[in-house]
Amino acid sequence: MVNKIVSSLEEAVAGIQDGSTVLVGGFGGAGQPVELIEALIDQGAKDLVVVSNNAGNGETGLAALLKAGRVRKIICSFPRQADSYVFDGLYRAGKIELELVPQGTIAERVRAGGAGIGGFYTRTGVGTPLAEGREIRNINGVDYLFEYPIVADVALIKARQGDRWGNLTYRKSARNFNPVFATAAKLTVAQVSEIVELGDIDPEVVVTPGIYVKRVVKV
Amino acid sequence: MARLTREQIAERLARDIPEGAYVNLGIGLPTLVSNYLPKDKDIFLQSENGILAMGPLARKGEEDWDLINAGKQPVTLLKGGSFFHHADSFAMMRGGHLDYCVLGAFQVSRYGDLANWSTGEPDAIPAVGGAMDLAAGAKATYIMMELLTKDGKSKLVEKCTYPLTGVKCVKRVYTDYAVFQIEPEGVVRVLDDCSGVGKDELLRMTGLDLVFD
Repeated sequence: MVNKIVSSLEEAVAGIQDGSTVLVGGFGGAGQPVELIEALIDQGAKDLVVVSNNAGNGETGLAALLKAGRVRKIICSFPRQADSYVFDGLYRAGKIELELVPQGTIAERVRAGGAGIGGFYTRTGVGTPLAEGREIRNINGVDYLFEYPIVADVALIKARQGDRWGNLTYRKSARNFNPVFATAAKLTVAQVSEIVELGDIDPEVVVTPGIYVKRVVKV
Repeated sequence: MARLTREQIAERLARDIPEGAYVNLGIGLPTLVSNYLPKDKDIFLQSENGILAMGPLARKGEEDWDLINAGKQPVTLLKGGSFFHHADSFAMMRGGHLDYCVLGAFQVSRYGDLANWSTGEPDAIPAVGGAMDLAAGAKATYIMMELLTKDGKSKLVEKCTYPLTGVKCVKRVYTDYAVFQIEPEGVVRVLDDCSGVGKDELLRMTGLDLVFD
């Protein structure tokens, strides 16, 4: 019997190595797997490369991981927010590396990573400072910028319902990056607000099929 | 002559959005446009974080923090609305399925180049969000901004000096003085002198060869 449900947050983040690339779902606070991130702080992995749309809010969740000094580099689209002072301080002090990537390009690079695609060409960013020194290809008269895929060691995501095979549903706009990030890591861990029996989720509404998920924990 | 307020700019822009349009409103000033879209017409607001048919801001006491807009404010969903993940949301943009996006700007050039994500100051923390994707992907990018900077310089310029968000992507610029249409070859047409400031003054303020009908 396959049972991906683990009984504690500690078990959920066990074995995450120093230097890992970690995809962290969420858009601001919505869909951010705060409890898993806090468990990762306790677990102690350091030198992490984090991929997430924002760089933390206040001092909880992702901001707390940054504050604990565990993140070497962050790949994100919108670090600067009203309450991103933890990131702002680290960035100004030169204590964290930032790779700024347009929001849709993050989503598509991770999608490509999860789908086994070796990269893609996009119009996003052409002619801007983010394209400087990079490969541009003219396709049917239009310039496109080449983007590499992102694959990760770990994805921490937040979902609504999960079953023991790892099938997941989400809640409203807390879905955001979570289903995409679930596809592109060797170890995808989902925190869910409800554990359900196999078959309780209508197969027509499963958003993340269990093949992508290794561990599910209820918080 | 009376300069338009921010609300009046939003109202003026909203008049040009037809029924059936799929529209993304950027964070900040463009969000105001939603207050003036006609309630009796079906206009679909897309939010980059995975919402179609987004409704108005949530009322106090009814906030659901799993249902937020791009500016992370709690919103509502209209009947018939839907949720989808980020890769789909941006595929919608890049794939040319959005009719309009409305963005703010630091500068717009007469060729339609847009600068709206960074002032390029060395100590500034850069943040781009979805602006480059929207500018590259929407069928029409409309800009909503005040025409002049605080020290009186035109933000509609010959060539942007701030870092670009997108190249030749802007179709119209709605300002507190007038509505400008960006046409091929750097032609800027004044569609509506909505403040009544007059031709000479618009020419003087922008320093551009504007076309008047």
